Amino acid sequence: MDFISKNLPYLLAGISVGGQYALIAIGYTMVYGILRLINFAHGDIFTVAALVLVYSSTIMPLYLSIPLTLVATVVLGLVVERVAYKPLRNAPRMSVMISAIGVSYLLQNLALYITGGLAQTYPAIPIISNTIKIGPATTKIVTVVTPVLTIVLVFALMQLINHTKIGMAMRSVANDFETSRLMGIKVDNIISMTFVIGSFLAAVGSLLYFTNYASVVPTSGAMPGLKAFVAAVFGGIGSIPGAVIGAFIIGICENIIKGLGWTTFSDAFTFALLIVILIVKPTGLFGEKATDKV
Amino acid sequence: MKKMVALAVCAAMCFAGTMSVSAAETVKIGVFEPASGDNGAGGKQETLGIQYANSVAPTVEIGGTEYNVELVVVDNESSAEKAPTAASQLVSEGVSVVLGTYGSGAAIAAAPTFEQAGVPAIGVTCTNPQVTEGNDHYFRICFLDPFQGTVLANFAADNFEAKKAYVLTKLGDDYSAGLGFYFSEAFQGLGGEVIQDTFPEGNADFTSYITTAINEGADVIFAPTSTEAAQLIIDTAASQGAEMPLLAGDTWDSNVILSAAEGKNIQVYVTTFYQEGGNEEFDSGIKEWINADSTNLANNGGNDTVAAVTAMGYDAYFTALEALKNAGSTDPAAVTEALPSTTCTGVTGAIAFDDVNGDAIRDTAYVKVANTETAQWDFVAEQGVN
Repeated sequence: MDFISKNLPYLLAGISVGGQYALIAIGYTMVYGILRLINFAHGDIFTVAALVLVYSSTIMPLYLSIPLTLVATVVLGLVVERVAYKPLRNAPRMSVMISAIGVSYLLQNLALYITGGLAQTYPAIPIISNTIKIGPATTKIVTVVTPVLTIVLVFALMQLINHTKIGMAMRSVANDFETSRLMGIKVDNIISMTFVIGSFLAAVGSLLYFTNYASVVPTSGAMPGLKAFVAAVFGGIGSIPGAVIGAFIIGICENIIKGLGWTTFSDAFTFALLIVILIVKPTGLFGEKATDKV
Repeated sequence: MKKMVALAVCAAMCFAGTMSVSAAETVKIGVFEPASGDNGAGGKQETLGIQYANSVAPTVEIGGTEYNVELVVVDNESSAEKAPTAASQLVSEGVSVVLGTYGSGAAIAAAPTFEQAGVPAIGVTCTNPQVTEGNDHYFRICFLDPFQGTVLANFAADNFEAKKAYVLTKLGDDYSAGLGFYFSEAFQGLGGEVIQDTFPEGNADFTSYITTAINEGADVIFAPTSTEAAQLIIDTAASQGAEMPLLAGDTWDSNVILSAAEGKNIQVYVTTFYQEGGNEEFDSGIKEWINADSTNLANNGGNDTVAAVTAMGYDAYFTALEALKNAGSTDPAAVTEALPSTTCTGVTGAIAFDDVNGDAIRDTAYVKVANTETAQWDFVAEQGVN
């Protein structure tokens, strides 16, 4: 009993942070699956979502500012895709990637300019920021809500991809651009849809993440973004269940390592894992086999 | 067309760069402070103190001539990598003396730049010993971490009868690691036990750290970190129901901490340089000045609580003016020469430099506790070393 009461908080923290990484990781993995692009700006979209809520909650009640945040983040994702990626659709992949890095820095510096470099306190969202006791551990309700919400959203997303027309179109575009176009699929719309879903999940992730860690700085999204990316690679980039499982594994392992007292190495672990995965199993846990198209 | 626009933008940038033409008979004082990054909030408050001092005394008489004092403000981004660049920028602007910085990491990184250029610097609230060690151009007006760490260790042992302390510091942060080390040393010297943990840059999840502190049965948590991490630590400690008091150094003396602790069931104690109410005239003057300008108000964290670092910035400015008067010249070399014997009576007490490293001679620190209802600091004690 004593063992459980001492270690439960670490596990809870791990599951909660894992769920938040998962919501970001889906954005990375979906965009990669379709465009073969690592969207480096994704972590910053996550930060911007947080800042939108910080500023909008000062002028309107939360039940308006939360939907506004979700909408604004989706619009931002769309705009980024239209302005920075779409014109480069036929350019070498490297150009798009560099464009993504550019967008990332642009958003970071914009956030720096707007916040004036000061940490912004995230508004407390009622209910989920209250504390509860789970057995011997005290924590915020959001810790428990996160994994549940993550699994519900992922389930809904899987239904969308596997059982709807637009999902079918997405799978088709991920397989082959040109043929999909010949089949009458509006490829650009499908790509936009991917960014809509990715940004929406990042916004939800940001709500959960910053409710737990209530301080926003321009670089807040960088570390979670990077770890979510590692999670996506770990699970096999392009695979949604892979990204989710990868994210939970990384979140839990990180906190177990902290619990063992090796706090200094908790980040080192994540990135060492990335290297090991790339060497041992480059396609990740659930990654597609590398079939080079001729 | 695109090229024309690009050309126009470039031209505009060039002009913007050359616009700042200085008037004659001006002495430049460099303000080397973070306005962004980890220590952005504190750096801005310190800069406010300097700017307020400048508005109180905008001119100085050097060698029989009246000079206008121009502040050259640069942002060192709280980063040891960016600090040398910001420092060289000040040197090339031709400043006579530099004030700053908040955060020892950036000060240590920039110290060689000032030394090589022969420009004296007055550390305002950088408390790590390494800032001035072996550098005859860096002086400072605040107390040092060995002193501060010992004071806090004594305070923990005396007031809370603490036997076990959980010390949490940030990896790669000279200030945090240094103060954590001196506290641990002093606390162990008093017969206490110390559990040490570190967190990496960009870490936002302190749940596991607080859990460890609770599991290990620590009597106090000592977390000498930046205010940004502090917000998260306080929040996490409160939501996990940690009952032991949180202790920290001068950095936590900020209204960022007050607003983080407001309405929460948590005790936060800090050591600091100045307690609001120590000098009525200064307090009322700066409050009026801060409230008169919305930018200043925002930079002070949205209210007019006087942070100790603001008072220190104010004193640093007047110390610099005294040094300029004593030097009788705006030549940085002459100012360096004059600084060791410069004294100044500031709002935070009498300032004089010792002849070892040019550190301030100070032997008391104030201990304050965050009042979670009024969001104000309550004075606890004046603590020396036992």
